[in-house]
Amino acid sequence: MMDDLRELYQEVILDHGKHPRNFRHPDESNREAKGENPMCGDRFMVYLTVKDGLVEDVAFQGRGCAISTASASMMTELVRGKTAAEAERLFHAFHELCTQDEPDIPEGVDDETMEKLMVMSGVRQFPVRVKCATLAWHAMNAALHGEAAASSDQY
Amino acid sequence: MSDAILNQAYDVQRVREDFPVLSRSVHARKGKPGKPLVYLDSGASAQKPRQVIQAMTRFMEEDYSNIHRGVHFLSQTATDQFEAVRTKVARFLNAPSDRCIVFTRSSTEAINLVAASYGRTFLNEGDEVILSIMEHHANIVPWQLLQAEKKIVIKVVPCDEDGVLDMDAYKDLLSDRTKLVAITHCSNVLGTVTPAKAIAALAHERGVPVLFDGSQAVVHGRVDVQEIDADFYVFTAHKLYGPTGLGVLYGKYELLKRMPPYQGGGDMIESVSFEGTTFKAPPSRFEAGTPPITEVIGLGAAIDYVEALGREAIAAHEHDLLQYATQQLSQVDGLRIVGTAPGKGPILSFALEGIHPHDVGTIVDQYGVAVRVGRHCAEPLAERFGVGPTVRASFGLYNTREEADALVESLLAVKEFFGA
Repeated sequence: MMDDLRELYQEVILDHGKHPRNFRHPDESNREAKGENPMCGDRFMVYLTVKDGLVEDVAFQGRGCAISTASASMMTELVRGKTAAEAERLFHAFHELCTQDEPDIPEGVDDETMEKLMVMSGVRQFPVRVKCATLAWHAMNAALHGEAAASSDQY
Repeated sequence: MSDAILNQAYDVQRVREDFPVLSRSVHARKGKPGKPLVYLDSGASAQKPRQVIQAMTRFMEEDYSNIHRGVHFLSQTATDQFEAVRTKVARFLNAPSDRCIVFTRSSTEAINLVAASYGRTFLNEGDEVILSIMEHHANIVPWQLLQAEKKIVIKVVPCDEDGVLDMDAYKDLLSDRTKLVAITHCSNVLGTVTPAKAIAALAHERGVPVLFDGSQAVVHGRVDVQEIDADFYVFTAHKLYGPTGLGVLYGKYELLKRMPPYQGGGDMIESVSFEGTTFKAPPSRFEAGTPPITEVIGLGAAIDYVEALGREAIAAHEHDLLQYATQQLSQVDGLRIVGTAPGKGPILSFALEGIHPHDVGTIVDQYGVAVRVGRHCAEPLAERFGVGPTVRASFGLYNTREEADALVESLLAVKEFFGA
């Protein structure tokens, strides 16, 4: 049972949770969306700078638990430099990974990225924490589509 | 009788045997035993004693029927048992009559009933309703819905750093514009017990009725609606070791009889025609449709259960647990308890420095410890104390000092886990 905990709170997650990357509000961003988990009050703003279909910068601000903060932080690192289409595929890949025992990963997501995402897959053993892991990803996807907020029943 | 003597008489191990779920373990895996359940979430919903479970089962097996309708044997039997619980609830609250007791779906519905029926009828634009910062969303949102419809004004009584209601501020807020006061009798986050009698007396000086949300208060001590002179008092069965799906509204009869129906349907009418329908007197007027009959029988058994144990004895036991747990938790570095009002109920909300409550909840759960994490449906209060979400351990009549120890041990494990 403690193995499940170690699986959920891997070192890399604890590290991203304590020292989130790209935790800022960029001046240049041109898309943003809010993600909010009404159950626990976690709240993130995700900021994207999208130019010519390319996600040049991703950043976030807000407050949340170790899982949601780490997931948001890793999301910013993985999505930056991707095309909007690739970013959306990553979102779907991540969602599959967090919710399905046999995830159906969309084509075109490279192995190295998948390996990094796999760190979060321990959340599958903790169904109530899936929303934490996917919060910022939903916000990112909403921002990509020009929506102001991810609807809370999506997570 | 002193607390010590009461506590000797209170055999918590014997009490625990009445609650089948308390003997289970959680997180058992193939070949590996689980952890004994340490249930510290009774503030969200209490576990049920065998006496309640059996009363409901027996009723469904032997006496079940719809009520207030049939001329047949079972309908009469079921109606008699159902109405006997109304009388029992009236006695439980020391209400002057069982005609003052309305069965609802929940505390939430009871408050919505008052907001919709009393509020819509007697409140107008510019009238003020006074709430407190400590309210559960169930005693905020119904008034906001009324605010949107009737343009009433909501005023909020603050509390101090300990979580004590600011009675001076309350006095200042009371004015000729005040038309209703709706305040919790015991905070579900801080455990603060509010001075209900003084709150009501001050409002009554201005002829203003007062509603108390007693969802937590009835569980932890004796409530006498006549002594505090409540105009409305609400509570819910499931926090009182009874079933879900059932709440209670106590209302002074002279208020209830001036109020229009809340919902329309069967059982609340005298006669129906398409030219016009006349309604029954309270409480039937507010009980449209088939009520949760079996649940009412369950509430009756729950009241019998807590009265047999003795409400003072339960309160003394819970007070001992609260003091012990407070002492033990205070020794955890970086732990801040939110809510330290004197005479508070057995509810401990706290934050662990640098560790999010959600992470705390997940980890202590692996040790079998069930706590609530989040904002406990009292978002404005979480903002007031600047801590955001918290962890809440709430104690009930079946909890033990060993369980408080288990909580502390699991919290130390959390800290080790996060290297804090």
